[in-house]
Amino acid sequence: MYPDPRVVKFIEENFVPVRVHVRDQRDAYQRLGNRYNAQWTPTVLLIDEKGEERHRIEGFLPTDDFLAQLTLGLAHSAFKAGDFAAAERWFRQIVDTYPRSDAGPEALYWAGVSHYKGTGDAAALGETASQFENRYKDTSWATRASVWRPPK
Amino acid sequence: MATGQTTVTWTNDFDQALEQAREKHRHVLLDFTAAPM
Repeated sequence: MYPDPRVVKFIEENFVPVRVHVRDQRDAYQRLGNRYNAQWTPTVLLIDEKGEERHRIEGFLPTDDFLAQLTLGLAHSAFKAGDFAAAERWFRQIVDTYPRSDAGPEALYWAGVSHYKGTGDAAALGETASQFENRYKDTSWATRASVWRPPK
Repeated sequence: MATGQTTVTWTNDFDQALEQAREKHRHVLLDFTAAPM
């Protein structure tokens, strides 16, 4: 996935990238592997400015799924920091750019929540539930959003 | 980054990377790998 120019561009634009080789850099792996409980490779962590883990990707993923997961991590991190506008932008980027990725349904759900949290507009939840009737219908995220569906 | 960059500019220094992340208001991407380097 790293040789893909889209992955390179996304990482260079959004992160400070650190690589630890578990065999060739044993000291670093022991220290950071213990700190973040990394027991398997590949494990990719999104770490915020305070050193807190915000997202974890374990195992190989195809390019679009990997990019979607990186974006999902930024989105959830922004949400937890209370920056709901930024969170919504990241979540919607997943839905728009990587709609077939595993992260798609989760991103659609949280995009609706982020919009509601940022604006107080409860209609956003109903609209999100309606969108789940057309896409990602058989996912657990559609089920979670179903309680927002306006009564017919 | 330079246009058309084909590889990620990895660093091995986590503490320095965290410092840079604070300055740039970014996240650190920490990759644990066993792949040949």
